[in-house]
Amino acid sequence: MLTIPKKFVDDMIDHAKSESPLECCGILAGKEETVTHIYKMKNTENDPDKYFMEPKEQFVAIKDMRAKGIDMLAIYHSHPHSPARPSGVDIKLAFYPDAIYIIVSLMDAAKPVIKGFLIKEGKVEETAIKIN
Amino acid sequence: MPVKVKIPTPLRKLTANKGEVEVDGKTIGEMIENLEKSYPGLKERLCDEAGAIRRFVNVYINEEDIRFMQGKDTSLKDGDEVSIIPAIAGGNIN
Repeated sequence: MLTIPKKFVDDMIDHAKSESPLECCGILAGKEETVTHIYKMKNTENDPDKYFMEPKEQFVAIKDMRAKGIDMLAIYHSHPHSPARPSGVDIKLAFYPDAIYIIVSLMDAAKPVIKGFLIKEGKVEETAIKIN
Repeated sequence: MPVKVKIPTPLRKLTANKGEVEVDGKTIGEMIENLEKSYPGLKERLCDEAGAIRRFVNVYINEEDIRFMQGKDTSLKDGDEVSIIPAIAGGNIN
């Protein structure tokens, strides 16, 4: 099960709030199933219903992970005003079947909801996340 | 004029699980045609029906994004390393 230290969960929520009403996006990386690094990335879409990770930043992050010997474990983005479940476009554009897609929903701003999903060939399966 | 092409995990089923392949090509466009000859099906994943590189595919030569060079017409030289990296994107509407 993917384990995310609470500080990184707080970082994702802070990132989502700071970008709201736009979506935020980023990468969680680590070893085995434990997150050790967060990459808060730039969303190039100026639209509250879309995200597109800035390609150069993505490339730099991938090289950094390679250099550190860590793996991309999860990809996160926020849904500022909709539930924590993948949209049709999220599913269509899920090109990383080995990564867990995390959605941070701010629909209830007082109680952000975080859920993880595996998305493989159009099929979505919620996966449990351990926060410690 | 061989260049090294880094293949992302989701496309490796088309390259017999190879994460890096070598192909010839004077430009990115030629390289894609040669990739298709060796690994049929790859071009369709990289390019749309009109032949343009798909919006959700990022292609880099060494450190540079080809969008900020000459796209498919960008020249390649011996020993260049090309990285194909699927975009990370999504949203509620197209």
